[in-house]
This record gives sequence, structure tokens and C-alpha cells, in this order.
Amino acid sequence: MSALVPLPVVLPILGAALAIVGGRSRDFQRMISLLTLGTVLVVSIALLVEADDTGLVIHQEGGWPAPLGITLVADRFATLMLVVSAVVLLAVLVYAIGQRGEEDERVSFHPLYLVLAAGVAGSFLTADLFNLFVSFEMMLAASYVLITLGGRPDQVRSGMSYVVISLVASTLFITVLALLYAATGTVNMADLSGRIDELDPGVQAAFAITLLVVFGIKAGLFPLFFWLPDSYPTAPGPVTAIFAGLLTKVGVYAIIRTQTLLFGMPDWMGTVLIVVAILTMVVGVLGAISQDDMKRILAFHIISQIGYMIFGLGLFTVAGLAGAIFYIVHHILVKTTLFLVAGLVDQRAGSSRLSEVGGLVRTEPIIAVLFALPALSLAGIPPFSGFIAKFTLVEAGLGDRAWWGVAFALAVGLLTLYSMTKIWSGVFWGARDEEPRNAPMALGRLGGSVPTVLATAALALTSLAVIVWASPLYEVAERASLDLIDPRRYVDAVLGAAP
Amino acid sequence: MNVLLALVVAVLFACGTWLLMQRRLTRIIIGIGLLGHGANLLLVTSGGIGGRAPIIGADEQGFYADPLPQALALTAIVITFGVTAFLLALGFRSWQITRDDRVEDDLEDRLVAQRSAPDEHPEAHEEPTEP
Repeated sequence: MSALVPLPVVLPILGAALAIVGGRSRDFQRMISLLTLGTVLVVSIALLVEADDTGLVIHQEGGWPAPLGITLVADRFATLMLVVSAVVLLAVLVYAIGQRGEEDERVSFHPLYLVLAAGVAGSFLTADLFNLFVSFEMMLAASYVLITLGGRPDQVRSGMSYVVISLVASTLFITVLALLYAATGTVNMADLSGRIDELDPGVQAAFAITLLVVFGIKAGLFPLFFWLPDSYPTAPGPVTAIFAGLLTKVGVYAIIRTQTLLFGMPDWMGTVLIVVAILTMVVGVLGAISQDDMKRILAFHIISQIGYMIFGLGLFTVAGLAGAIFYIVHHILVKTTLFLVAGLVDQRAGSSRLSEVGGLVRTEPIIAVLFALPALSLAGIPPFSGFIAKFTLVEAGLGDRAWWGVAFALAVGLLTLYSMTKIWSGVFWGARDEEPRNAPMALGRLGGSVPTVLATAALALTSLAVIVWASPLYEVAERASLDLIDPRRYVDAVLGAAP
Repeated sequence: MNVLLALVVAVLFACGTWLLMQRRLTRIIIGIGLLGHGANLLLVTSGGIGGRAPIIGADEQGFYADPLPQALALTAIVITFGVTAFLLALGFRSWQITRDDRVEDDLEDRLVAQRSAPDEHPEAHEEPTEP
């Protein structure tokens, strides 16, 4: 079973290589991408089942034992993320194939997309801080090219700030790595976990904060989020969707992993995280209210939602972490669906500005339904997955007497509902527009080409399935958070495992 | 760690940070390059005292340098190199489009600012011309 662990990283890289070789034929590239990501999805599900059964699955690359070799660990948290990201990657790929645009025009779309998938999977699976850096770079390098794929002036402008900000974060990451290695002599996370304990508390705190800043930039935490709403919306539709759904959450995953495993979350860190979480929630949602573009409203909401996840981590209780994990799963699915819908609106009406679009509920009822479901879920209306996610977090907050956090979480939920109704009344209600100015083609009865609508619908259904399977999913999240709170098992398994 | 190397790292970081704060794209790119060099150098020096080959038995006294930071630095250098090349290409594309290598403001931000303050004179939102 442990031989499966490297596959989610290796398969997409092989697929990318094949897609480059067969770049002449778009159909060949599509087949390769679909096949690869489909296999990754199956492998991820198998890994999740196995990891939930046995606790965790370890693979030591090349048979070199832990602190020396490269170790991949598939525990419950990692595999859960892996499954959700594989679902989203596959759905967005189908959407991209169905939408005429960058995917069709550029040879490089498929290889880049697969490398991105490999980077994401690598970030989840690695048990080694340096390989986390390499996986991040893989993912980011692909994202740099994807975000500027069209070469349009606005893409170049916003892509530039995205690349520069990411590079500063990466440089900071290498710097922390170098200092950590100088202080402890290892980069293996399980090994570090023990050795950091022996350091001076002040030095530990410096490392914890710097790593929080590094991943906070990628995740879009409060003072570090400014680049996000500027850069995401200009990318091609499907690319924005995958960035919005996945990339920031990889940052959140890295924050949770490093803070729990390496630093064991001292009390002051919990307080810092809760304060940062509240600020992130509030600033994100207030930013969204002032925007006029559907994609930008949604982009600001990513930030606000990141606050909820970090709030769960800040509580550092089983219920809080389980709530955070559940929230991440819900958020990835829902956010990606919303951005895909924004892409559909953009394609249908030629714009995603609230002031320019209107009356879509009569012309395109299917798109309206596809928007309404995830939007209500995002705002936390029962019985959608967003309600369950917010409810678990609020309950955890009450259990831990984090009154302020709970109060703000509820208020921000209300404001989220306000923004969603704003999009609804701007885009779907109101006067029907005259024929769109630059709609590329007649889009048929569905309101978009068949694969794009199907992919969006499939994702919306998946987030509905989360409601039905909420109980088993929450139990897995709870077991995962138990592993996170007490990482001894992880450490022992990595360091003591026979190759 | 050697004091001289520590100083070099500090100077690289300082210059890189200063260049990063500039408005001109070419300076930002050079700044990123300097920061990257500083970080990679720090990575190499994190392995302890240098000057020996990272091979067991290369030295009569049996000393050898820690090979891991060198391997890590090599990987990091390759990544920095690739990304800098991409950044230069992006900068060139930006220059092709705008014939100017200043970093522009976010257009949407300015639209939002204008909407919230409709009474002000429109000139107030004009980009200040650089001397």
C-alpha cells in the first residue's frame, strides 16, 4: 500500500512530460490530463481509506530511512486534502476543456496544470521542510505561468505583483530553512519536532512567527493578503477557480502542519492566531462589500474564509481543528464552484461586473441555480455544508470560551450573506440586459458549453454530498485533528519505521 | 559561521530589500536576484565552517563539510535561476506593452476609490507623474 504514496506526485509529472512531447495534438494532451488526474483521484481515495484504517502510510523514497532520506507521509489530514484537491482539479480540467480559451490556444496549459497538481500533492504528502519548499516552488512556478497565460496587459500587471510577492515569501522560506538547519541540523519535520523543543523559547518563537509569515503570505492572512484580490481575478476563468479553491488552502495546510507538528502550539501562539483570524475575517468581508466585480467580491471572500480556518487552529482543541479541517474541505469545493459560475457568467454576459450584467435568472436559470447553491452554502445557511462547517467552529469556540472569535465569526457570516445577495441581485435579478456585447458564441440552452456546465454542476453536487456524508467526514476530521494535537505517533512512525 | 560571509549575506539582504521597494521593475527584479543570492549563501553557510570538500576521506584529518546544505543550496539556486528568468521575460512583456517599466497601480482599486469619493476632482486620482 505504501507504494501508492508517491503516485499523486509522480503521475502528474510524468503526465506533464508526455503532454509536452505530444504537444501537437490537443486531444492527446486532454486524454493524458484526464487519465492522470482521474488515476490520482482513485489513488488518493485508496490512500484516504488506508490512512484512516491504519493511522498513516509512510513511504521512504529509495529505502533510505527517515532523517536521511526523502520521506512521504500520507496521514488522515494529508489524504483528506489530497482527495478534495483531486476532485477539484479534475472538475476544473473538464471545465477548462469545455471552455474555448487558453486551454485550446496554448500548448503549455496541460503540462503546467499537471505540474501544479504535482506541486499541490507534494506539499500535502511531504514530511520534510525542504521538500515542502520544493513542492511549493513547483506549484508556484506553474501558477506564475498560468496566471499570465494570455499575456494581456492587465494579466502582466497583476501577474507581476503576484510573482514578486510569492518570490519574497519563498526567499524568506529558504532563509528560515537555513537558520533552522543551522540551529538543529535537520530539515525532516518529525526530527525537527523533537529538536526544536531543545532550543531557547525565544528562538523557537522567532522560527514559529517567521514560518507563519511565510505561509501567511501564501494563505492570505490579515496583514499579508493584499496581493490576492488584485491578482486572482485577471487569470483565465478555470485558472482563477483552481487558484481560489486550492492554492491558498495549501498555505493554510502548511500553517496547520508546521505549527502543530514543529512548535506544538504554545498558548501565546493560540492567542496570536485567534486575533489574526478575527482581523482576517473582518477585513476580508469588508473588502468584499466595497467591490463591484463578481470575481473580486469572491476573491475577498477567500480571505475572510481563511480567517475561519485559522480560528479553528488558534483554538487548538480537537473540536476546533476538526472544524477547521471540515471548513477547508467545504471551502475548497464551494469556492471553486463559485468561481466556475463566475466564469460562466463572464462567458455568457461578456463581463462579471455587477453594474454591467443583469437579469440572468430569466435567461440562464441553470447558472442561477448553480450560483445559488454554493452561495448559500458559503454564507452558512442551513442545511448546506457551510452551515455545518461554521456550526462546528462556533461550537468549538464556545467550548473554548473564545467569545470574541465566536461573535465575529457570526457577524462575518451575516455580512457574507449580504455580499452573496448583492451578487444575486446584481447579476441574476434586475433588468435584463440587451444582448451581450462580446459574447463569443451562441451558448445553447444550458447557458454555457456542455462540459463547463456539467463540471460546475458536478462540483456543486459534490458539495451537496458533503451534507449527506457530513457525519463520517466530520469523524475523519476529528481523528485527523487528534493526530495533529498529539504528533508523537507521527514522529515515532516516521523516525522508527523500517524502510 | 564565518563573519565575512555573514556580512556578505547581510549586505545582500539589505540591498535586495532596498531595491525591492523601488517603483521600477528592473530594480525590483535585480532586488529579487540579490535577495535570492543572500538566502542561498545563508543556506550554504548553515552547514558550519566551510572550505572542505563534502566527501568522506577527502582530508587527512578525516574532516569533511556537511553535504546536505550544499545539496539544498544547489536545488534552491536552480529554482531561483528559473524563476528569475521567468520574471525577466514577464518584465520584458510588460515593457513591450507599456513602454515603461514602472509598476502600475491596481486599476480596480482606483475605480473603487473613485466611486466612494465622487465629489472630488477627477485630477486627484491621476497618477503622479514621475520626475
